[in-house]
Amino acid sequence: MASLFEYAPAPESRSVVDIAPSYGLFIDGEFVDAADGKVFKTVSPSSEEVLSEVAQAGAADVDRAVKAARKAFVTWSALPGSERAKYLFRIARIIQERSRELAVLETLDNGKPIKETRDADLPLVAAHFFYYAGWADKLDHAGYGANPRPLGVAGQVIPWNFPLLMLAWKIAPALATGNTVVLKPAETTPLTALFFADICRQAGLPKGVVNILTGYGDAGAALVEHPDVNKVAFTGSTAVGKAIARQIAGTDKKVTLELGGKGANIVFDDAPIDQAVEGIVNGIFFNQGQVCCAGSRLLVQESIHDELLDSLKRRLSTLRLGDPLDKNTDIGAINSAEQLARITALAETGEAEGAERWSPACELPSSGYWFAPTLFTNVTQAHTVARDEIFGPVLSVLTFRTPDEAVAKANNSQYGLSAGIWTEKGSRILAVANKLRAGVVWANTFNKFDPTSPFGGYKESGFGREGGRHGLEGYLAPSNPKGER
Amino acid sequence: MATVESTRLNVFKTYKLYVGGKFPRSESGRVYEVTDSKGKWLANAPLSSRKDARDAVVAARKAFGGWSGATAYNRGQILYRIAEMLEGRREQFVREVGEAEGLSKSKAAAVVDAAIDRWVWYAGWTDKIGQIVGGANPVAGPFFNLSTPEPTGVVTVVAPQDSSFLGLISVIAPVIATGNTAVVITSEKSPLPALSLGEVLATSDLPGGVVNILSGKAAEMGPHLASHQDVNAIDLAGADAALAKELEIAAADNLKRVLRPQPVDDWSADPGTSRMTAFLETKTVWHPTGSLGSGGSSY
Repeated sequence: MASLFEYAPAPESRSVVDIAPSYGLFIDGEFVDAADGKVFKTVSPSSEEVLSEVAQAGAADVDRAVKAARKAFVTWSALPGSERAKYLFRIARIIQERSRELAVLETLDNGKPIKETRDADLPLVAAHFFYYAGWADKLDHAGYGANPRPLGVAGQVIPWNFPLLMLAWKIAPALATGNTVVLKPAETTPLTALFFADICRQAGLPKGVVNILTGYGDAGAALVEHPDVNKVAFTGSTAVGKAIARQIAGTDKKVTLELGGKGANIVFDDAPIDQAVEGIVNGIFFNQGQVCCAGSRLLVQESIHDELLDSLKRRLSTLRLGDPLDKNTDIGAINSAEQLARITALAETGEAEGAERWSPACELPSSGYWFAPTLFTNVTQAHTVARDEIFGPVLSVLTFRTPDEAVAKANNSQYGLSAGIWTEKGSRILAVANKLRAGVVWANTFNKFDPTSPFGGYKESGFGREGGRHGLEGYLAPSNPKGER
Repeated sequence: MATVESTRLNVFKTYKLYVGGKFPRSESGRVYEVTDSKGKWLANAPLSSRKDARDAVVAARKAFGGWSGATAYNRGQILYRIAEMLEGRREQFVREVGEAEGLSKSKAAAVVDAAIDRWVWYAGWTDKIGQIVGGANPVAGPFFNLSTPEPTGVVTVVAPQDSSFLGLISVIAPVIATGNTAVVITSEKSPLPALSLGEVLATSDLPGGVVNILSGKAAEMGPHLASHQDVNAIDLAGADAALAKELEIAAADNLKRVLRPQPVDDWSADPGTSRMTAFLETKTVWHPTGSLGSGGSSY
């Protein structure tokens, strides 16, 4: 079958992006070395090629960046909202102008397909800045009382799965509401954040309003703990989220956490099979499944299990895995060797516990970090692959007989971030959606995002919402000092 | 006649817990002496144990499905019924609050009136909060989506220590108005108005288990409730700074939503909506809008 559909390589050109051999930390409007001079390398996960060397922030750098942000807060928060808005609109426009460059850079540093960075990440990044730009001078009307105030300095720690998009989710609402920012990108994907620093300079953003610290978890922890940080925003693992919740206990720091998930994608027997298969594939193989809201548990009504699995396997056999810069690539590289090891270990656990493993015939490139799309069938709720977040292209398939059973199984998780429902029956969609304990429910679609729409989890998937009017709340102090609004 | 009345021995009330719609004593058999503001003995209140707290969580979880699934209109009716029942027992609460907080009769009456009115305020909110904090989002694409608030689940409430009745109601009512169920630790020093409130709730059509009231020590029960895996949130209103920090750390084990203690000078002030939104989740449901064809007027 593959021979019938040979594709010629169609790589996107790397020449649109010019990566410098080294980068400093972006503090107070300048690129500077780390106080202790430490650096680390960032590699392309698809080839293991070293892309650049970046400064490794330590506690001293965190302190310096927070001081810069504190100083900038005085004037930034006093600016009329309409002026802050114009800075954000400028940033949004420059992102649009440079979106091809940023898409290629993101694909190089992260390993995800150019199709995704070009068509999903970058358009959403620009849209997010446009959306929150518009809020900056309308905060009195946002439902948080008259004249809501910014919190101060926001310390933000983001993951590697959507580096620039997570930056946008963090920085856009923070700046719109008058806060200043110290942001730490993940150690495996520092580059687009550093290019964003350059965009801030092009936009003429006042010094110190945005500070970018590249580094490891220790820098993130120092940022969270810094006594002059007023707001902590974190996207990442539930384990780190819990550690942060403990760290900030007893302080006045406001926190929002976007953590793990084990999303259930529920397919009823009346669902249009072909559409459902596309939704399942999108749900778990988008971004190699390295998505907190991935539909990683497929719940299929028993009567259509065999038919659906046949279609799904057929579809998986047509997915193209390989060079992320190739415009025809569906599945890119896993972000890092560590993540690949984690996925590999969990998949081995799945086999060891007796679930049935299947992957399409799929040749993996010889260098870089790769994992073939994988299905587990004969999975029960007790299996590790049905409980733990794998954060990779691994789908666990379970079955159910009644809607009640589907809901009970879907909700049987410590997480509560996303869920999917596939059925032609409107009342069933509403009834099931109503009972699912998840922050985002996609009915007859999956993995859709929009800056106007709040996103975030129930239970151990975190708290607070990002996006929409709701996304402002995490960056505003109540207008009344007694805590009422 | 007067002499006959004065020689009649009045009937004391045994104050009991309110758990799962019933009035148990503490399973531990423990009580503690409750005195008025001048130190005069008022009653022996149950000194609840961690087992009582766990039983209360079980009751609150059991009640959650029905209460959160009730219509907002129905919840509003029941909250209003609570106000009606309180109004009928106004004199009793004026006396209890006066004794508990050392207030004159007129001041205690003002507190009780404000507490009754607070139930009325939250009764009206049940079917409005969803419109205030939810709504349709203008998605840039062929999708409709709707964000709606949903109750977080079982909420532990450490009630205020000083304001034993108005403060208590001001923290319970917003939790249950939105469909959560509550496990309440009363003011340690002044638990009697809270325990009597249980009798009002029991006669207001409020399903058993929606509010569970435990008298005793927040420092003893708090850690067990803060670390309980089947509790979704905790309001630390009545915890001092040290206890609040301890409980917030324990609450991180399953990422409970935490409402930190905030200084309140005047419980009779407009409560706003923040005590409701603190225990609400936002769910956004998406669906494709489809297309009626390229003509644009295919109606």
